[in-house]
Amino acid sequence: MAKQKIQIIVCGGTSCNGNQSELLIDNLRLELEANALENDVRVIKSGCFGLCNLGPIVKIIPGDTIYTHVKPDDARDIVSEHVMKGRKVERLLFTDPVTKKVLATERELSSHKKQIRIVLRNCGIIDPENIDEAIAYNAYEALGKVLTEMKPPEVIKIVKDSGLRGRGGGGFPTGLKWEIAYKNKSDEKYVVCNADEGDPGAFMDRSVLEGDPHAVLEAMAICGYSIESHKGLIYIRAEYPLAVSRLKTAIQQAREYGLLGKNIMGTGFDFDIEIRYGAGAFVCGEETALIHSMEGLRGEPTVKPPFPAESGFRGKPTNVNNVETFACLSPIILKGAEWFASIGSIKSKGTKVFALAGKINNVGLIEVPMGTTLREVIFEIGGGIRYGKKFKAAQTGGPSGGCLTEKHLETPIDFDNLIAAGSMMGSGGLIVMDEDDCMVSVAKFFLDFTVEESCGKCAPCRIGNKRLHELLEHITKGKGTLADLDRLKNMSLVIKDTSLCGLGQSSPNPVLSTLENFREEYEAHVTIKKCPAGKCKDLMEYFIISANCVGCTACARVCPVGAITGERKEPHVINPNICIKCGSCMEKCKFDAIIIQ
Amino acid sequence: MKTIKSPAELQKRKAEILQRMNEKEKIRIRVHMGTSGQASGAKVIYDFLKLELEKRNIDAVVISTGDMGYSYAEPTMEVTLPGEAPVVFGNVDKLKADEIIEKYIKNGELVDGILPANYRVIN
Repeated sequence: MAKQKIQIIVCGGTSCNGNQSELLIDNLRLELEANALENDVRVIKSGCFGLCNLGPIVKIIPGDTIYTHVKPDDARDIVSEHVMKGRKVERLLFTDPVTKKVLATERELSSHKKQIRIVLRNCGIIDPENIDEAIAYNAYEALGKVLTEMKPPEVIKIVKDSGLRGRGGGGFPTGLKWEIAYKNKSDEKYVVCNADEGDPGAFMDRSVLEGDPHAVLEAMAICGYSIESHKGLIYIRAEYPLAVSRLKTAIQQAREYGLLGKNIMGTGFDFDIEIRYGAGAFVCGEETALIHSMEGLRGEPTVKPPFPAESGFRGKPTNVNNVETFACLSPIILKGAEWFASIGSIKSKGTKVFALAGKINNVGLIEVPMGTTLREVIFEIGGGIRYGKKFKAAQTGGPSGGCLTEKHLETPIDFDNLIAAGSMMGSGGLIVMDEDDCMVSVAKFFLDFTVEESCGKCAPCRIGNKRLHELLEHITKGKGTLADLDRLKNMSLVIKDTSLCGLGQSSPNPVLSTLENFREEYEAHVTIKKCPAGKCKDLMEYFIISANCVGCTACARVCPVGAITGERKEPHVINPNICIKCGSCMEKCKFDAIIIQ
Repeated sequence: MKTIKSPAELQKRKAEILQRMNEKEKIRIRVHMGTSGQASGAKVIYDFLKLELEKRNIDAVVISTGDMGYSYAEPTMEVTLPGEAPVVFGNVDKLKADEIIEKYIKNGELVDGILPANYRVIN
């Protein structure tokens, strides 16, 4: 390999970019050229370092020196001092305000990074189809420790002390759930992993199963030991073929190694895991419906109590946990309850994986400690709103949650704060909306989903949601009245109060929360019959400003229904009775003569 | 494969695997091939790397893993040169992969499109 040259890495993340990191790169290149160093030193633009509040960031290799708050003018010093003389530019190094210690390398600065990977610790690191790689990264070590050094109540105590709460949405304390299952004595008990990830836009469970299946298998075995069960079942939707095939491989390899099956690691404990497939019904994410579906019955929920911990799969005590909950487990056992409880907020411990989607720059998965603010998630880690548009709302909890608005940006995200803000954690989907999104249409979109996914067992959910959807349809078509808004609210509250399961109890949430936060938008739809975001087709009209129109006929030629007429070089007009509001004319017009009213 | 008969044996197996992994001073390449990665064409990159590295006589281990969560920059891949920290590259196409082989893998020269680790790890 050639002798390593000096390389200057400049952060090109959205936040650093906004602070002139582009100009900094140009300046660095000019400085290097001025000193005839352009062939020896390379300047590279990178993605985000996750140190946005210290940006713009510059990293220099070799040595891994990190400079913070670097301005375009600092290029000269970096080149003349660091590159040419090998001396660090002291004033650009970061000094910790508390300890007064200078943190000069990326490793030393890592505690300033916003994300911590606990659940995603091995995703993208290990080969999921090779158990040896998983073992090299500590897989099954926690299981070994539990089986040889602890009694079931001790394990349950650790889980309780860690403060781990169910990541599937409800946030029920996991340790407590285990304790109830442990105390219900039976000849047979079951451990179920809920991998029926159904929220639109959420895919963290899939990623964990695809990237680190052994984390889930190991945690299920630990749970089995703790509640005295010998049988684990993974309920996964058949739409996740890659996750299914990697799980199958992982189970097979774990059995061959004696890490699942009879007499695990020679300790006399038996535990085996099977896969059960779901057909992709949203309601089957609800634990009672999930259990019925696994039994071969219709995926319909039943009244709790009895809770699955008392009478679940085949009438036996059953403990159901989500994929992400299980994935937290082995680090808790290995590093201790105090370690886990030290991360996160007062009542919500540990980290949460969010799937960022919608109008955000860095779409993807992130894992942050509970209590990180919405602003940090969207504007620092998520890189802000696409095309520099204005943030309007973020939907958490999918179709069961509500929207958070600008006033919630400083709210630390955890289970309780989200409920106080009229939303919920859900499985961690976070859909970001910008100024162009119509909130009435958003509410309608989520209801579309719940109407489709309602199992039909109870009337409030089956009929009520359909009626809610009709009302919203009316409003977006300009046929709504002010009285409809009150009707929406009343009906939503009734559905919430009277539905049987979590699906119906939460399905009106998007309506209630958009109504609460964006009432003026609903009112504009019903009073002046306008959609402020310009999304509802029936409420807008395309219009040609005759002063701007030069009569080029481009619009008339592109119109698919022939709604535009006019002589050449004369202003054209759109016939609103024929226009289907496809927007093609507006795209074609080079003179900004076509507007939406 | 022999079954593991005690937690102590698991530790022993782990030590052996780690030793085997570190012993071979080989270049390690990970292509992130979860659903998001594959949908963006990670398989093409994986096949390209396997073929080209052999053609160009570079001794490297190429493995496929799950996704890291950088959906906005898929396909992504990671290169670990012996004795160096891993480097992740985003938005990799065949052209980029070729550049990575020629510049980074052969000469240790970084190329644009690096995704620095923006998170803390626990191990």
